[in-house]
Amino acid sequence: MNFFLQLVISGFALGMVYALVTMGFVLIFKCSKAFNIAQGHFVMIGGYLGFTFLVTFHLPIWAALLAAIAVAIVMGMTIERLALRPLVGQPILAVIMMTIALATILEGLATLIWGGEYKAYHGVLPTITIQFGELSVPPEMTIGLLVSIATVIILVLLFRYTKSGLAMRATAEDEQVVQSAGIKVTTVYALSWVIAAVVGVIAGILLGGISGVMIPMSEVGLKALAVALFGGMDSIGGAILAGIILGVAENVAAGYLDPLLPAGGGLANVLPFIVIIIVLVFRPHGLFGLADIERI
Amino acid sequence: MALPSGTFNQSYAQDMAIFRTKTQWAMLLAFLAFLFTFPLYSSDRILTIITIMGIAIISVHGLSILTGYCNQVSLGHVGFMAVGGYTSAILTANLGWPFWAALPCAALMAGVVGIIFGLPSLKVKGFYLIVSTVAAYFIIIWLVLQLVDLTGGADGMAVPRPAIGSFVIKSKASYFYLVMILACLATFVAKNIVRTRVGRAFIAIRDNEKAAEVMGINLWTYKLLAFFIGCVFAGVAGALTVHYVAFACVDQFPFMNSVWYLGMLIVGGMGSTTGVLFGVVSLKLLDELVTIVGPMLAVAVSPQAASSLGLILRGLVIVVFLIFEPRGLAHRWEMVKAYYRLWPYSH
Repeated sequence: MNFFLQLVISGFALGMVYALVTMGFVLIFKCSKAFNIAQGHFVMIGGYLGFTFLVTFHLPIWAALLAAIAVAIVMGMTIERLALRPLVGQPILAVIMMTIALATILEGLATLIWGGEYKAYHGVLPTITIQFGELSVPPEMTIGLLVSIATVIILVLLFRYTKSGLAMRATAEDEQVVQSAGIKVTTVYALSWVIAAVVGVIAGILLGGISGVMIPMSEVGLKALAVALFGGMDSIGGAILAGIILGVAENVAAGYLDPLLPAGGGLANVLPFIVIIIVLVFRPHGLFGLADIERI
Repeated sequence: MALPSGTFNQSYAQDMAIFRTKTQWAMLLAFLAFLFTFPLYSSDRILTIITIMGIAIISVHGLSILTGYCNQVSLGHVGFMAVGGYTSAILTANLGWPFWAALPCAALMAGVVGIIFGLPSLKVKGFYLIVSTVAAYFIIIWLVLQLVDLTGGADGMAVPRPAIGSFVIKSKASYFYLVMILACLATFVAKNIVRTRVGRAFIAIRDNEKAAEVMGINLWTYKLLAFFIGCVFAGVAGALTVHYVAFACVDQFPFMNSVWYLGMLIVGGMGSTTGVLFGVVSLKLLDELVTIVGPMLAVAVSPQAASSLGLILRGLVIVVFLIFEPRGLAHRWEMVKAYYRLWPYSH
């Protein structure tokens, strides 16, 4: 029982980080109906930025986070302006291939700047131990858990109570109405890309603190896809809940089933995709997404 | 098809002909003659490059039918290649089948697996379908790794050289002939599939799904048929990949290859058989450029610059094509042809 609960707790902490990555993804989809395959690469870049600021420059954690966020803002704006804006109104494949191409370029840049090597910075992030009786949250995960919860709360407040949050929600509802109400849709798009880049980079620093950073870290973006589909593509609450469910399911499945499988299992990596297929066949709009009703 | 001045179609046979004029036939024969005498006057290295291009052409033809003509975007194409490759590998290595019997089985197997993973396409489309094909890729590769007894898992398995009768296809030149014959056949088949009733149904589905359904096109049948045909091509290409190096392992089927195959479609031009050839040749040539320039860059600047060059260049090429020429090189080629046909009276 303790083993199970321990798996659930560390799965929960992992799931919060997934939820964070997925929120960026869902946000871009809500605002501009574009799918950002490069979301995982934002995370990878974030991990490397964390290494640069925390280890190379010896900044304290809060300064490193702020510096990384500044870089992320510039990155998000550049990408939106140069790559995505010319594609408004193009078919869906064009947008997806564009984000894939961006992902490759980001990977190339990471190779160019950081050599694409494995960089670890264990123990640089502050560790906090939280104890529930015999159970404990793994100390290196606690900071991740706290920062993700804080970021999620800030984002939710941003959507609820600020003017730009209102503009984003309105754009998700109906672009034409928003434009006739005098809101610049392009600014909203840019803002959604900036926020996506920022949450990606934050998640990258947190994940990097747990397991180090290398190029394949960007595969977390594919998991974010699964989370987004599971929670419903356009639901932020769904993204959070689905992120936690998937994080826990992945950890529990890996803990119990991997020893039973030949070749060492590796179930944690394929489980999201099995979830995707099941969700797509039985409930394509996910847990909380808007069901698409088609009329002729 | 626009004809040269003074040439008119006077029968249905003429109207349907792919190669209409004597000049076109002469150019085709000259090209084939050049292609099939190529090993006589080229180095092994160039033969290898062209053989790999040929395999990619077979695979991308399948993707072109599925994505370019039927609009069912697949990012799992390499997964279906892996199915074909491993089927052929298991049949020839473990069961001792001859290559010529294993190849059609590999193609069929890939097609059937394609149908299974094409099932979501009936309920979902667009991005959701893309994600389900990504999932298909990862599930297939995971299964390959788990079935250690059959596939050797992560260690891979040795595959015998293909043999036809007692003639073993061992040298680079003989494998070049095998791949080129199949690639020409694949181009011919792909070109003709899209001209038939089935191909027109695919195009109707691409242009407007609902309108196609109202016209009496059964989406269930035709979408799955598109997946089947596309994956049969992938299966053949996968089998050829595995037999080429006489070894099968999952590293031969990396996920990013499916992305580059879509990139080749975009660079070449969606919904065009010639576009496939343009796309594959140009992106593979870009790769070769990178392998030539890379080491120079490593000496001149830094090894990191060299290893990032390929990624950045390929990404940039796709970005540039998406923004400035979404219809691809095939469209440019049509414009060039029109210019020469109409010259000097361009209006």
